[in-house]
Amino acid sequence: MKYVDEFRDRELAKTVAEAIRREARPERTYNIMEFCGGHTHAIFRYGVKDLMPENVRFVHGPGCPVCVLPVRRLDDAVEIAERHGVILCTYGDMMRVPGTKQRSLIRAKADGADIRMVYSTLDALKIARDNPDREVVFFAIGFETTTPPTAVAIRQAEKEGLRNFSVFCNHVLTPSAISHILQSPEVRELGTVRIDGFLGPSHVSSVIGSEPYEYFAEEFGKPVVIAGFEPLDVMQSALMLIRQINEGRHEVENEYTRVVTREGNLKAQSLVSEVFELRTSFEWRGLGTVPYSALKIREAHAAFDAERRFEVSEKKSREVKSCECPAILRGVKKPTDCKLFGTVCTPDTPMGSCMVSSEGACAAYWTYGRHRDPVRRPRAKEEAA
Amino acid sequence: MCLAIPAKVVELEDGDMAVVALEGVRKRISTALVEDVAIGDYLLVHVGYALHKVSPEEASRTLALMAEAGVLREELEEITGGEQ
Ligand code: SF4
Repeated sequence: MKYVDEFRDRELAKTVAEAIRREARPERTYNIMEFCGGHTHAIFRYGVKDLMPENVRFVHGPGCPVCVLPVRRLDDAVEIAERHGVILCTYGDMMRVPGTKQRSLIRAKADGADIRMVYSTLDALKIARDNPDREVVFFAIGFETTTPPTAVAIRQAEKEGLRNFSVFCNHVLTPSAISHILQSPEVRELGTVRIDGFLGPSHVSSVIGSEPYEYFAEEFGKPVVIAGFEPLDVMQSALMLIRQINEGRHEVENEYTRVVTREGNLKAQSLVSEVFELRTSFEWRGLGTVPYSALKIREAHAAFDAERRFEVSEKKSREVKSCECPAILRGVKKPTDCKLFGTVCTPDTPMGSCMVSSEGACAAYWTYGRHRDPVRRPRAKEEAA
Repeated sequence: MCLAIPAKVVELEDGDMAVVALEGVRKRISTALVEDVAIGDYLLVHVGYALHKVSPEEASRTLALMAEAGVLREELEEITGGEQ
């Protein structure tokens, strides 16, 4: 594809890297948080990290929907599949995430639960059509990009009178998570996570537009650049952030104009608000309870809400004890700070969600970064110096 | 999971569906979320749905901007450097 190749051009990457080196002032550091796992992935996969000068640092944020889903909700999904004998459909990324006692959807499937991986909500609808005497539940996760397809599926099921289809809704909202990070004690008081600017989500913004980020830029005095996922996009956006930081500006700029507009996709937004409403609070892995940060299905569509249809027991959910995912998702720690990283925990035997999804920070470190970023306490180096 | 790919529309079908071509592969996707889709458009496709149109004009504009990011500055520096 024409654009894909051009946005990975090596020569152009060098040009942008040189510009960054010229403009990043040696006397200060630039801490750039990439909210999206897609950015984390690009930074590692294409070696963007290596092209940056020492004082330009990427801080990985919580923007991977698989990584931020609390164990409790995953346990609930497993229970719906096992106890209620439904066909549970889910995106592939969810399959291997370990729940309480390392129980994942794939294990439940091996034990006989009817769990099916789908690529799209369109596939889930088809399964419901093909199995009229079975209950089909779509385990919906994701940010603002995956929410509109879920909304369309609910509307479609309604239109067709598919009474055996419902959705276990876990859709979460990006802007509330970003403000939560900025208000967290680590960022506010302890100063352990310094964030000078944000790479704003690309595809999330194609739906919600760049406008929702204007509030942060103003309220928290942090620049935001909406950045595409190609390696050159990430670099160009870093350059735009460095310029804003140098000039003391904090605005929302849009690097990804080929897809993102200020107002976003209005058709998708209206569908989403027709089907969903805000939850007053929702738990995020790593961030804890975040007010008004997730969606639930509106009363008018209650017939398609798996949460109302299937009861789950109030059991205790537990994460693996020494897994550092929560701190990693807040940008407080790096994967290599985790005792289990690369020893007990690898992509083949993930202990936490950050190692499962290819957009998780631990998986990115393992796959692309472990050879050049040895497992060692970062302090040791600084103290020795 | 959030990655979406730009794909070119090669066929339009009834019921808000379209066929896109993507690295030599053809795929049926839903266009229920995008207005006025035409053959030849590039769409950003995610989990089987088009999320947005991709603007070819803006794509080439961004590329030009990136090329400029270094080159133009270098030239400016040369000019000012020469004057000192
Ligand atoms: S390495 Fe594994 S156990 Fe450690 S934080 Fe990452 S996912 Fe959790």
